[in-house]
Amino acid sequence: MSWLYLRKFTLIALGLVLMVFAGVSFFESRHLKEPVVLSRGVTQVKKLSAYFPGVKGTISDSNIYVLEGAKPGGTILILGGTHPEEPGSRLTTWILTENAVADQGRVFVINSANRSATTVTRLGGGYPPDFTIHTKWGEQKFRMGDRWSNPLDQWPDPEAYIHYPSRQELAYVDIRNLNRAFPGRANGTLTEKTCYALIQLIQKEKVDIVIDLHEAELQYPVISTIVAHEKGQNLAAMASMMISGTEGFSIGMEYSPPALHGLSHREIGDHTQAISLLLEAPEPFLDATRGRTDRRLLLEGKDEFVVKAGKHGLLFEKMDENGWPIEVRVGRHCSTILQILELWSEENPEKSVIVKGVPRYAEVIEKGIGNFLHDPAKADPKRVYYE
Amino acid sequence: MIITILYYVLTAYIAFLIVWNLLKRKKWQEEILYIIILMPFLLRLFRLK
Ligand SMILES: [Zn+2]
Repeated sequence: MSWLYLRKFTLIALGLVLMVFAGVSFFESRHLKEPVVLSRGVTQVKKLSAYFPGVKGTISDSNIYVLEGAKPGGTILILGGTHPEEPGSRLTTWILTENAVADQGRVFVINSANRSATTVTRLGGGYPPDFTIHTKWGEQKFRMGDRWSNPLDQWPDPEAYIHYPSRQELAYVDIRNLNRAFPGRANGTLTEKTCYALIQLIQKEKVDIVIDLHEAELQYPVISTIVAHEKGQNLAAMASMMISGTEGFSIGMEYSPPALHGLSHREIGDHTQAISLLLEAPEPFLDATRGRTDRRLLLEGKDEFVVKAGKHGLLFEKMDENGWPIEVRVGRHCSTILQILELWSEENPEKSVIVKGVPRYAEVIEKGIGNFLHDPAKADPKRVYYE
Repeated sequence: MIITILYYVLTAYIAFLIVWNLLKRKKWQEEILYIIILMPFLLRLFRLK
């Protein structure tokens, strides 16, 4: 009898040791502080709750970096981290907030649109909790994040998710998906409240264009493309042509399906004055047939199993042994944003948004992302914010 | 909010049942199984994942 209990408690103790290790890792990744060294172009840092007090005091009260040019013009909002497990999206916003300067018009940048989702990784997925970008001054660590809000902030999920206000039934788990909860509602879930706050921001600041940054698996047909609301079709088509002709990579253009609800490219365009565009870059890490799911795959985008899937004709984007490194994905986003702004400004001179200091595709690949991240230890502490 | 609290109570109750069953098992393989099953319940209760 006593031997039986000794065995039981030894096994329980071993189980607890395992749980403590996992728990510490989860806790640290949820609370990892990611510094943003403000570019001299950032004129103001606001909170999302300034537009909707319903998110005040919640984990999703994100920072909003405002870059205001001396000359008045249009207003652009760039969303990173709608799906934090697509790191190319957040890293692009880091390059913007640490380097961009607006000469004309205003640029609003949110690095963690769904901040709750940045604090968790896929449950049972065995994902890395974080990843590191090498810089000249050392290393900068980022939270890995997930596609959905953290269940610690919004739980449980319902059996069926009925989207508000369309009443369309979506996958139950997508009740925590920021890109399935637009336009949101003031008395809804945390994810819906976050969407509602973003809509308030877009309306109050009279945003002209919203660009939502994403990455997609290669087995998904919506990839390497600009998904455009009707209002932005000409702009997206022109950008797609210009990029394919001048930037050294090609990007397609797709129409936002009118009957698919909750997505930023649909609902922001429908419920506000803004043109809504969504950019997709290829991320092999997200492919179901990938091999080892580690930091290397996340950053280098190389995977022999995804290459093999390509040989069987299962992919919607090319994939070879060079993979899709993070610099290529972030570079695509940077150039696409710049082309959209340039074309918009040409067509709408009084609503121009002129931005400098942002590297283009070729430059990001040549110099690496770390080259555009600044050392928080050497910066004026008043100019360092944390995500 | 009330539903969330109820789910935490439910999680605690199931965690208690798992521990109870674990103590009653005779085979070590089953004990290990119960310990593995218990972990996600505890991680949620301690608000770690
Ligand atoms: Zn996405």
